[in-house]
Amino acid sequence: MRAKDMSEQKKVFFHVTREKWCKGCNICVALCPKQVLALHNGKIAVERPEDCIGCRMCELRCPDFAIEVKEKGAEPAKPEAAASDFDLPPEADHA
Amino acid sequence: MSDALKYFRQDRLPHIWCPGCGHGTVTGALVRAIERLGLDKNKVCVVSGIGCSSRAVGYLDFDTLHTAHGRALAFATGIKLSRPDLKVIVMTGDGDCTAIGGNHFIHAARRNIGITTIVMNNEIYGMTSGQYSPMTPKGLLGTTAPYGNAERSFDLCELAKASGATFVGRGTSFHVPLLIDLIEKALQNDGFSVVEAITQCPTYLGRKNKLGGAVEMLNWIKDKTVNAKAAAALPPEKKAGKLLIGELHNAPAPEFAGEYGELIGKVQRSFENIKGGLWECASNSD
Repeated sequence: MRAKDMSEQKKVFFHVTREKWCKGCNICVALCPKQVLALHNGKIAVERPEDCIGCRMCELRCPDFAIEVKEKGAEPAKPEAAASDFDLPPEADHA
Repeated sequence: MSDALKYFRQDRLPHIWCPGCGHGTVTGALVRAIERLGLDKNKVCVVSGIGCSSRAVGYLDFDTLHTAHGRALAFATGIKLSRPDLKVIVMTGDGDCTAIGGNHFIHAARRNIGITTIVMNNEIYGMTSGQYSPMTPKGLLGTTAPYGNAERSFDLCELAKASGATFVGRGTSFHVPLLIDLIEKALQNDGFSVVEAITQCPTYLGRKNKLGGAVEMLNWIKDKTVNAKAAAALPPEKKAGKLLIGELHNAPAPEFAGEYGELIGKVQRSFENIKGGLWECASNSD
């Protein structure tokens, strides 16, 4: 019962990654205290988002603004402006 | 960050800095500090000189100026004096600020003009392939120091303090929350504020000195710094050879652009009682 209460209080985080901006420098992967992140083919990938404690050190230290940590339910999800491909026309999203 | 992204020219990203370069971290810290203060885009002017660090202004969606080598503070002084209502920020590097622009730096600090200077100190000239700069620690290797740098390096914060800057702080690209706080305080300070941000250069300083990649260099930066508040309680042998980070100096003093405006007003008032006013006085003088 108690464990369940605690799990209900636990904050859940999700990650916004921008692979187009990522240069694979490994800073976020190596300095994450919970080993949530990994590099896949030299680009940032979130392997264990459930382990994330939301310290945001990856987000703050990323030199390329390629990762962002958000709390689930804390704010309404907005369309991610930076993830948009500037080479594609906007109507390509409506396929 | 998604709220702060509006301060970037997003179609210019990703930036040209090398993978793992700390300049991006400092630029992100500046943008987060501006977002926290909620500054108007049209009331901020960012000026930079030449070097890796000075490329930052190209990615920021303010009125920006990319100027001659070392002269960022000279251009910024002109901007601040003609438009004292603007928040003027200078982004400069260690070579730009302490070598070729050293005199501009000490005199801007002496005047206490309201400019926030962010010195991204990667301890080497990165753009021109790794020559040693006045901030390279003694003994480290560079392209122009193949057997080790024999010169002593500047302590930029002490230099700024001695020259008369009213806010001086030092952060690193490892201690980012501290860096954001320092930049926020520096932006709020009415006067010349200096924030030295120690960053990693894995491409030149790291490779020449076999310090490893970006992560190893961040740990190297962590090991060579100690917080100024913690250092007060530490025994001297534990802080020997370490750099202090945090807020190092905060002594408000009258700001130059405001003082100069007052002087202009005073002189203009003293001519008001002359017959014919200011225009006749000027035309009668030789």
